[in-house]
Amino acid sequence: MRTLKDVHVGETVKVVKLHGTGAVKRRIMDMGITRGAEIYVRKVAPLGDPVEVNVRGYELTVRRADAEMVEIAE
Amino acid sequence: MSITIALAGNPNSGKTTLFNALTGSTQYVGNWPGVTVEKKEGRYRKQKEVVITDLPGIYSLSPYTLEEVVARNYLLKEKPDAILNIVDATNLERNLYLTTQCMELGIPVVIALNMMDIIEKNGDNINVKSLSDQLGVPIIEISALKGKGIDQVAQAAIDAAKSKKAPVPPKFSSEVENILASIRPVLGNIPADKERWYEIKVFERDEKIGEQISYDKEAAEKIIAAAEAAMDDDSESIITNERYDFITEILSGGYVKKNAGSMTISDRIDRVVTNRFLAIPIFLLVMWVVYFLAINTIGTMGTDWVNDVLFGEIVPGAVGGFLESIGTADWLSGLILDGIVAGVGAVLGFLPQMIVLFICLAFLEGCGYMARIAFIMDRIFRRFGLSGKSFIPMMVGTGCGVPGVMASRTIENERDRRMTIMTTTFIPCGAKLPIIGLIAGALFGNSALIGWSAYVVGIAAIVISGIILKKTKMFAGDPAPFVMELPAYHIPTFSSVFHSVWERASSFVKKAGTVILLATILVWFMSSFGFYEGTFQMLPEEDFMEHSVLAALGNLVAWIFVPLGWGSWKPAVAAVTGLIAKENVVGTFGILYKYGEVSEMGEEIWGNLQAEMTALAGYSFLVFNLLCAPCFAAIGAIKREMNSAKWTWFAIGYQCGFAYLASMCIYQIGSAVTGNMNVIGLIVSLVVLVGTLYMLFKPYKEATTLRTSAAKI
Repeated sequence: MRTLKDVHVGETVKVVKLHGTGAVKRRIMDMGITRGAEIYVRKVAPLGDPVEVNVRGYELTVRRADAEMVEIAE
Repeated sequence: MSITIALAGNPNSGKTTLFNALTGSTQYVGNWPGVTVEKKEGRYRKQKEVVITDLPGIYSLSPYTLEEVVARNYLLKEKPDAILNIVDATNLERNLYLTTQCMELGIPVVIALNMMDIIEKNGDNINVKSLSDQLGVPIIEISALKGKGIDQVAQAAIDAAKSKKAPVPPKFSSEVENILASIRPVLGNIPADKERWYEIKVFERDEKIGEQISYDKEAAEKIIAAAEAAMDDDSESIITNERYDFITEILSGGYVKKNAGSMTISDRIDRVVTNRFLAIPIFLLVMWVVYFLAINTIGTMGTDWVNDVLFGEIVPGAVGGFLESIGTADWLSGLILDGIVAGVGAVLGFLPQMIVLFICLAFLEGCGYMARIAFIMDRIFRRFGLSGKSFIPMMVGTGCGVPGVMASRTIENERDRRMTIMTTTFIPCGAKLPIIGLIAGALFGNSALIGWSAYVVGIAAIVISGIILKKTKMFAGDPAPFVMELPAYHIPTFSSVFHSVWERASSFVKKAGTVILLATILVWFMSSFGFYEGTFQMLPEEDFMEHSVLAALGNLVAWIFVPLGWGSWKPAVAAVTGLIAKENVVGTFGILYKYGEVSEMGEEIWGNLQAEMTALAGYSFLVFNLLCAPCFAAIGAIKREMNSAKWTWFAIGYQCGFAYLASMCIYQIGSAVTGNMNVIGLIVSLVVLVGTLYMLFKPYKEATTLRTSAAKI
């Protein structure tokens, strides 16, 4: 299973499903990372974490550990 | 008839700007009942019978964060007459997500479509008419920043409130609609206009809903499980997907971005500002500018003037002259001059520095850079239960802890904010430098290592506290998702900066000021009254301090500090007077050793101190004074920012306890190493040390549900 954590900077990917439960997963979905959404990975923070992505036309930051919940198309 | 309108919207949607424009100067800031989330209310400038309640900035009405639970409980229980939903036109999809939820509450909704000036400038096109028709909700185009459309949108909300016509909730796919319809029968008796809300919340297995209605949980669970199996997803995801699908559907064709895909100005700025290599140097430069303005130059110059000139000469001179001219009794003029005037001065003295700092912070927040700070620094700070934004309070704290604590306001997450408030004053502030100078000079031959180690001790205290506290019951409770928006850069308006500075500065004066004033008066009383020559009286001069109530108190508590190596009354009294202002510690030693006024580092009394305590005890004294409860002004600021008596006492108690144990370990273990072992002391210290290490390495698990009961809010 490929997740958002594995995506390289500059890639655009499509969300397949969200895993996990609870507050963080719900927040990720509330922010627009839902099934079928396109995500462009813009950059990694200077210290290597978190990552900045573009989703639904705005910029969002997600920690790598949380990005692992987001399954993406191969 | 009065009308209540709830203002709802995402963070960074311009909600505060719109609220300010609607209510002008009629705002009232309070708290939501039972929690420390700030609640703002005001009356519409043009129709005073219209009350506008500013809900917390939220992305959703989920049950996971305090802000969201506060907002939805208000909407459900207080039943405002209308929801004015502000939507950022430049970020339509995500903003409308909240709209779809607001439309399910059986309350009339009006959309304020904000930032239309930017849409026009970019040449983008939104078919507002079609969007309004499809949602079934009136949409008014506004620009909160430029003050356009404010009165129209207010009027539309008032009309909607009077019409009492709630919108039809968004329709989902037929599959999901059927499931929701099958849930309806298990719900039992609920208000007809809230049916949709409860159907969805029960389907989502919303953990707060059971506290509000009773329903057949088993029957519901069967339906939910069957639906999840059929749709191969969990119920919460199903609903979220449906909402975003609905939004994509209604926006298709109605929203055209002229330069879709190309880089905006904001993107270009970010390419430099959060660049892998440039981000940290730029961050340090910005921090230096803030520090330079607030601590090194303008802010401190203003504060020094207020302290030394205004409340050092002008006001006491004038008041003193007046009191003398009307022949006021000594004790009364003492109370007024050394108690009240000094106390008011202590409060107002911080203001210039604070205002400069607040202007910087309001600018950094308003332009969008503050979110980038969290992005850049998150990796380091989150390990200690802090936010990337905790850097600013701590940096400012090296100058003065009071504005440092006040700067924690920029941290949205309550847990991170509380942790920051509790640990910021561990950093040695400017007023602690004389104590460092005194101990280093008197007992360590002026070694620069002592000063350096003070900062190491401060940082270590923050790191250790952060790691330990986040595992305690007080902090481990609530989840803190770090999934954060990086808003587009823009130049903040003068009025938004002004509002933010005004609000913070006035709340400091009002809420922290009382504590500071009362504490100053109390300590004045305790240090200038006492038993002398057999009677309780006002002591003639400062030099008689050893007869004061304060000294008696010092004698009474001195034994507590025996395990720390300095259990005699003079250091104990000095530590207590440090609560007024940390630099007082040196001055108090001067008075107690009968030198009267001493220089800043107290060179005159170095000899006395050498006779009083060993170098090790001196270092323990230093560490205790660095880490224990800060001065009253900072305590006042802590109380203001914690917004809760319980948390204030917890913070002060923790700081004193931590300081005590740290100093004890240093003294006892140090004594053992240098050959003066005290068996009991050493054992206790080693137990403390092992306990600390255990807490440091104990595994930590992030909470996933909100503890606060919705029923209590």
